[in-house]
Amino acid sequence: MGNSHQSPGDRESDTRLLLRGITKRYPSVVANDGIDLTVLTGEIHSVLGENGAGKSTLMKIIYGSVKPDAGQILWNGKEVHIANPSAARDLGVAMVFQHFSLFDTLTVTENIALGLPKHTKLDELAKRIETTAREYGLDLEPQRHVHTLSVGECQRVEIVRALLTKPQLLILDEPTSVLTPQAVERLFETLRKLAAEGCSILYISHKLDEIRALCHTCTVMRAGKVTGICDPTQESAASLSRLMIGAEPPAIKYVERQPGATMLKVDKLSLPKIHPFATALSDISFEVRAGEIVGIAGVSGNGQQELLAALSGEDIRAEYNAISLQGEAVGHTNAAGRRLRGLGFVPEERLGRGAVPDLSLAQNLLLSHQGASTVKHGFVRFSALSGIAANIIQRFKVKAGGPQSTAASLSGGNLQKYIVGREVMREPKVLIVAQPTWGVDVGAAAQIRAELVALRDAGCALLVISEELDELFEISDRLLVIAKGRISPSIKRVDATISQIGLWMSGLWDQGDPPSAPDVELVPEASHA
Amino acid sequence: MLAALGLLINEKSGVVNLGAEGMMLVAAIIGFATAVNTDSVFLGFAAGAFAGMVLAGFFALLTVWLGTNQYATGLALSLFGSGASAYIGINYVGNSLQNGKHGVPLLEDIPFIGTALFRQHPMAYLAMLLCAAIIWFLYRTRAGLVLRAVGESPSSAHSLGYKVRRIRLYALLFGGACCGLAGAYMSLVYTPLWSEGMTAGRGWIALALTTFATWRPARVMIGAYLFGGVTILTFYMQGLGVAIASQLLSMLPYLATIVVLVLISRNANWIKLNMPASLGKNFTPH
Amino acid sequence: MLKLEARANPSTLMSWLSPVFALLLTVLCGVILFVALGKNPLEGLAAFFWEPISNLQGWAEVGVKVTPLLLIAVGLAVCYRASVFNIGAEGQLVLGAIAGGWAALHMNDGGNTGGAAMIAVALVAGMLGGMFWAAITTVLRDRFNTNEILVSLMLVYVAQLLLSYLVHGILMDPDGANFPQSKLLDDSFLLPIIMQGTRLHFGIVLALLASGLGWVFLSRSFSGFKLQVGGMAPLAARYAGFSSRKSLWTSMMICGALAGLAGVCEVLGPVGQLTPTISPGYGFAAIIVAYVGRLHPIGVIFSSFIMALFYIGGELSQSRLGMPNAITGVFQGILLFSLLACDVLIHYRMRWGK
Repeated sequence: MGNSHQSPGDRESDTRLLLRGITKRYPSVVANDGIDLTVLTGEIHSVLGENGAGKSTLMKIIYGSVKPDAGQILWNGKEVHIANPSAARDLGVAMVFQHFSLFDTLTVTENIALGLPKHTKLDELAKRIETTAREYGLDLEPQRHVHTLSVGECQRVEIVRALLTKPQLLILDEPTSVLTPQAVERLFETLRKLAAEGCSILYISHKLDEIRALCHTCTVMRAGKVTGICDPTQESAASLSRLMIGAEPPAIKYVERQPGATMLKVDKLSLPKIHPFATALSDISFEVRAGEIVGIAGVSGNGQQELLAALSGEDIRAEYNAISLQGEAVGHTNAAGRRLRGLGFVPEERLGRGAVPDLSLAQNLLLSHQGASTVKHGFVRFSALSGIAANIIQRFKVKAGGPQSTAASLSGGNLQKYIVGREVMREPKVLIVAQPTWGVDVGAAAQIRAELVALRDAGCALLVISEELDELFEISDRLLVIAKGRISPSIKRVDATISQIGLWMSGLWDQGDPPSAPDVELVPEASHA
Repeated sequence: MLAALGLLINEKSGVVNLGAEGMMLVAAIIGFATAVNTDSVFLGFAAGAFAGMVLAGFFALLTVWLGTNQYATGLALSLFGSGASAYIGINYVGNSLQNGKHGVPLLEDIPFIGTALFRQHPMAYLAMLLCAAIIWFLYRTRAGLVLRAVGESPSSAHSLGYKVRRIRLYALLFGGACCGLAGAYMSLVYTPLWSEGMTAGRGWIALALTTFATWRPARVMIGAYLFGGVTILTFYMQGLGVAIASQLLSMLPYLATIVVLVLISRNANWIKLNMPASLGKNFTPH
Repeated sequence: MLKLEARANPSTLMSWLSPVFALLLTVLCGVILFVALGKNPLEGLAAFFWEPISNLQGWAEVGVKVTPLLLIAVGLAVCYRASVFNIGAEGQLVLGAIAGGWAALHMNDGGNTGGAAMIAVALVAGMLGGMFWAAITTVLRDRFNTNEILVSLMLVYVAQLLLSYLVHGILMDPDGANFPQSKLLDDSFLLPIIMQGTRLHFGIVLALLASGLGWVFLSRSFSGFKLQVGGMAPLAARYAGFSSRKSLWTSMMICGALAGLAGVCEVLGPVGQLTPTISPGYGFAAIIVAYVGRLHPIGVIFSSFIMALFYIGGELSQSRLGMPNAITGVFQGILLFSLLACDVLIHYRMRWGK
């Protein structure tokens, strides 16, 4: 990634946005505590912090969805009170959300119209959309319904919607979590162009490399407070990390192991869409052996959910022998049956799927511990449940009130630790994990990754599906990429590079050089996301 | 049809009001009582619509602002409505209203077609007009677009700055007014007298209609006429002395509703594409 | 201005107090209603809450009303916990009455002498009748994904019409002067009275038994656990491999059986024959009973008691105060509304603020 950005030094020295002492409290947490922030005209300013640091809340305050409890906001030198998003739009603030604010059954034009002031005419809007989109290199068809768009295209809708308001400040909240590395590069070009035209950009992220490549200034937040303001080009990843979490990121020792027998085998798995918004799977084949971690990379929305449901047994439409556990065909067996045969699964959604929010931690064990130790003659053995839960809490250092605390009372990271612990305790032969450290603070994330590696060393076969490439590169032995419902050939992690995987994430593993060649050169025209 | 159109607007905004039957019953008696006391059918309708709106407003207070379970609250409203209407109506059982002849002059004299199409009560025309108006509103105006968006994803609409709760309130009030008109129509025109529980489940059927019509106004109209057709059919068959007991014939509309529901629900995809995604789910801004 | 503020954790204290508050709120509304209608509120309250239980006879009458309410409410509690919104319990009750009543009449006509065995047969027939009616709704939901609320409700109207048809036709008492009712059952076919001199019959024992079994099922059995998870978090239930189809059928069959049992108990108990008005809306009142009882099989004992008081109070206020019987329906609705409103306090706190 290139490092070419202009400093805004020779622009007008006006401050576009100044925040002083912004504070916002919620019932269980202080999201923002006396935040100061200064953004100059034409500056690309990043706000760095890990999950839960308070970045999203701060952006919502600037955008007017949330009102601060205390503090001042100065816009172009004058104090303002932003009452609601319409007021923010009138000022010239535009926001591209992390979780898209789009309406699936409406068309692109209608979606964009909703983000613009009231008197926009729908017909001429379509023309304006096409012009603006082309100008910034983001292709869009205005009459398509949003549910037919890929995730990358959805983001383009959000961006064009923001651009059409001719903003003076553009806020982007974690924009690259849904893009391939090549698409990220193109986004950066668009942003640099915008900044050169005088628009200020607030870039929210927790990805150090991107910030160092793109941004002029960086404000670092931790636990609701500002811990530092710096020029990211002058900083190293380690120093930024220290500002962000107070320490350097822990490293995982990687030891090469010899994998054993095939535990999980997927053979020509094809599944049609289960509903109009889903992705069809076609001809997926791979295997996972004992004592290895296979990572599947891919931009969200390319079939991961569908693949996981098919593997875990929540979707039993697969061919009888398309999926086999330890040689036994389980395509039509449901989740409980697969568990009996040695499968464990940690799903992406914790509350609502991995655990029932209103039940206690002990009761939540029954979701996967369904054997003789917990159920006898059709009756639940409550005392046994308490014991096992207490065991998990202790061994995995879960911060919780006790086995009787409800799942909803735990923080995201702790609940994830408990769920991972619950599955690990069952000593499964195959463990499938989806987004293991999404939304989890760095300390817990490191602990979870260490547990996964330990499980692998003990001989389990692990399959990890994640959108964080760094994480996969850290713990996987082999890598696969899923794109548009198809799966790439397998490649050993030591032979893979980020740019190559990035290409594959667009589905281009059949073109270009064979997988074993290191450091594939970028071919920009071929990529499309 | 009136009730179903009103409920359609409700559900497009994401709220399901099971209290339709209750609202209709209360409106029926209030409208009837007003008409009897004031000798004005028009005022009767107005009173009915108002009553419907009041009840809907109460429902909105509970579900939109306090966030209570929409299904349970709607049920409570229906039960309350049955009881309240029976109570209020005690004094009016046995009264009946005079009803003038009505129809479009001249056009109604065209043989056959004239009778079928043009000798309707003004309310029937109003219902058709309403259907057209709603189609225009939902698909051609900005406000209609916003309503659909709110029903689709209230959180997204809220992020964009739209007042979700207020929009749902308006939708509910409109739905209540329509149910009110429908109820008043039952007691003022359809059978111009009052008897306990006279709507006989039409409120529920109206709810089924919105699902059956996959939330499209034009289909609501078709469905309503279909249902009306079946009901009239049973009357004719009784009149013709067909040798089936009256109770069995009376079952036909309900059975027809079930059949229709089954046919529509079979294709889960249809439902997914057409149903307002947030139907039945409450929303609290923060 | 009164503001609602979200609590960090739902308050268990409020989940116990909420029904109490709801009851108090209903009483308050009742007082207002009485005053508005020009009646003495104290007399009204006395008619509703004191008179029915002021003597043994009164308690027995309450028990008679509690029986069907409790039976159905236990079944509904199971259903609602599984998020199966069975609104058609009334229809299932009617079918139970038809099935069990028909069986009893048939055996009666055949010159049999009645007794425990025959009564048991009739009871089972009633349960099967209710289960059959519930099965229709269940099949449609299972196979065709049809909304069970609307279907079960439509079936209520169909059931009532069916009962009317039968009682006007083949089941009509030939000696009954053409009244739409069936023959009276011989005493040997009626449920035994367990309190001498009253109408309190064996059904109350069955109801309490159902309540206890229901509690064991929901709180201790794995099957009950699976059912509840399916209602609380369907995705988690899929994840865990809990069959939603099994839960659907289990809950509906339990509910259908209990509602059918309630229906046949009414025929073999206080009514003694099949009439078109075999139920004054028990199936619907039981919905309220289930919710007010917090969907807990033991809790509904108390709420069915309250609801029975409302029924009897309604009858009493008709004779004492000249108020129409329909007042019962009004109170039932107010009770449910109050409960729903008070339930908000479980998750939110009231605050004075700007």
